[in-house]
Amino acid sequence: MHGLEFDIAHFLAGGMVVLSFLLLYQDRVYALLNIFALHSLVLALAVGWQAYIQEAHHLYVTAGIALLFKAIVIPMALRRIVRQLGIHRTLEVVGGVGRDMLAGAALVALAIMVMLPVTAGADALAREDLAFALAVLLLGLLLMVNRHNAISLVIGFMSLENGLVLAAAGARGMPLAVEISVAFSVLIALIVIGVFLFRIRERFDSVDMQAMDSFRESRRK
Amino acid sequence: MSVLGGLAMAVLLLVPAGAGLALVALSSYRLGARLNVGAALASFLAALLLIWARPEANLYLRVDDFNIYLIVLNNLVSFTTSVFSASYIAHELETGKLTPAYLRFYHATYQALLFAMNLALLANNIGLLWVAIELATLITVLMVGLYRTPAALEAAWKYFILGSLGIALALFGTILVYLAAQPVMGQGLPAMAWDRLLAHAKQFDPALLNLAFVFLLLGYGTKAGLVPLHAWLPDAHAEGPTPISAVLSGLLLNVALYAVLRFKMLMSANPGALAPGPLMVGLGLLSLAFAGLMLYRRGDIKRLFAYSSIEHMGIIAFAFGMGGPLANFAGLLHMTMHSLTKSAIFFAVGHISQVKGTQRISTIRGLTASHPALGWGLVAGVVAIAGMPPFGVFMSEFLVVSSTFARQPLLALPLVLGLLLAFGTLLWRVHGLAFGVPDNAPAAPVKASVWPMWVHLGLVLLAGIWLPGPLVAWFHHVAVLLG
Repeated sequence: MHGLEFDIAHFLAGGMVVLSFLLLYQDRVYALLNIFALHSLVLALAVGWQAYIQEAHHLYVTAGIALLFKAIVIPMALRRIVRQLGIHRTLEVVGGVGRDMLAGAALVALAIMVMLPVTAGADALAREDLAFALAVLLLGLLLMVNRHNAISLVIGFMSLENGLVLAAAGARGMPLAVEISVAFSVLIALIVIGVFLFRIRERFDSVDMQAMDSFRESRRK
Repeated sequence: MSVLGGLAMAVLLLVPAGAGLALVALSSYRLGARLNVGAALASFLAALLLIWARPEANLYLRVDDFNIYLIVLNNLVSFTTSVFSASYIAHELETGKLTPAYLRFYHATYQALLFAMNLALLANNIGLLWVAIELATLITVLMVGLYRTPAALEAAWKYFILGSLGIALALFGTILVYLAAQPVMGQGLPAMAWDRLLAHAKQFDPALLNLAFVFLLLGYGTKAGLVPLHAWLPDAHAEGPTPISAVLSGLLLNVALYAVLRFKMLMSANPGALAPGPLMVGLGLLSLAFAGLMLYRRGDIKRLFAYSSIEHMGIIAFAFGMGGPLANFAGLLHMTMHSLTKSAIFFAVGHISQVKGTQRISTIRGLTASHPALGWGLVAGVVAIAGMPPFGVFMSEFLVVSSTFARQPLLALPLVLGLLLAFGTLLWRVHGLAFGVPDNAPAAPVKASVWPMWVHLGLVLLAGIWLPGPLVAWFHHVAVLLG
């Protein structure tokens, strides 16, 4: 009886997983930022849809925060940082795209196999949402692990946070305090990261994390 | 009674928050350091007041038998650390490593961290607990990067990435706990209040709870520095200002472990759920063995003691994983002893690296001859942390080992091996640092404040010789509560 409602929720959450895959193989900074903005936009839609079908009005706030900050403000701010630092070059992909895609597919399978049996008691909507959320979370983790540059790390972390917001929205009636704090924490995180990017630039003349790694190796003998 | 308790609780949260804001505005560093000490003292007194006057629990905050001792410990150590920090920071300013503008920032973040840790300990709501620990993580990231050297930035960056990952996993676990509670307790805030959760934990879906605990253990375990999620810890300790190393090791690791224990209690209350013990025992032993091995080849004095913190977190996780009244008792005692001893060691190490102008172990020799107070303080601290009698750490480690022998002799073997390994390495290291002929390199004069160190070591010694009856009775009570 909830046919359409369920399908749309499913479609939006699934869309986030697909976009997470897209994030995995981007090799240009601006493209990465655009896809992330899209990722956040779909998150806002997914959360908004959950707010509508759960009749949980506070979720609209969460959706609004996601739309405003993650889909608009943060990508624009990062774009600005990238332009100022002059690092709009290509991002190297460690280990190749094919391997990442396979690993990503395996992680999605893992997420579904872990979540679906465990949540057998919960309603179908929450189950699907959580499985997708875990998939987005794991894909974000993969992005963070497999990249050496700071921008990819930041995007990976924020896409992971998007997965968390999706999970929080899927859990019926979860109190507002948490969602606001999630959004808020991302904001703080951005400030911290922004500050970091500038300082790292100051010290290393690049945002390539490999520079830091080599520094560390030489220090630890 | 409870009005007074409510007041004390308000002081614990509002004074650090207010002092933090005031310190941002205060440009004189001398005044800033004084305000920092004063605010920490006020929080400590309020924490003491909470022992007698306990406020009613509500949906957000709660004081019970378990967290009260951590609250007192937390505020005691942050008070003594603020005293140590005042003299430490004054020296950093003289040598030009820090500027007054950074100090303003430093003092404000110190109070903000105190606020976040008090909030985490007082929280009754698992969402609030998460928010507080996240806040504490972000603040410590900023503090670790304070010196702005490449090494400090790298340490802060690594800590930030790993810490946020841990925090993210913990949030997922928290959402799963809510999801397990929601069918039983209905929607809304009560389904996130820890005491209500505990009362209903029997009826939760065990499978969901299991999955939640795995995420929570990994998430908060990262913050507690358990191997294999420890990579941030040595760097963060070595590169940040030493008062922060003392607070990180002595307090923040405890707070993270406290969060794990809260969820462990939920797990134990559900008969169908996986026993959380073996997971914690495994991680604990792994941390102990790994840190024991890593201690051997450290060249940096702060890094050395950071690995020692990993080792002790391993011992504590092991003790709580074993469970039962005796092991829990040992775990609680060890948490206290480790906090006091490790922060005392960092007080000594902070001044030592200032007088010597280096953190490299190989260039520091003969401290007991050149700087008797600091040198002997370090020796006493290391003897205590290595687990030799008559200090309190010996007693708690002895209790862990003996209770393990009684129940699982096979597990006691790696435990004892790890302890001996760490013991030998630490004593060998301190021998080189403290004795021998001091080099004649000109030492920078330092106005060291040594009494915070002696107070801590005195308390640890006292606990090793004589624990007051009411304290023992109370530890027993909590140990039974922990299951």
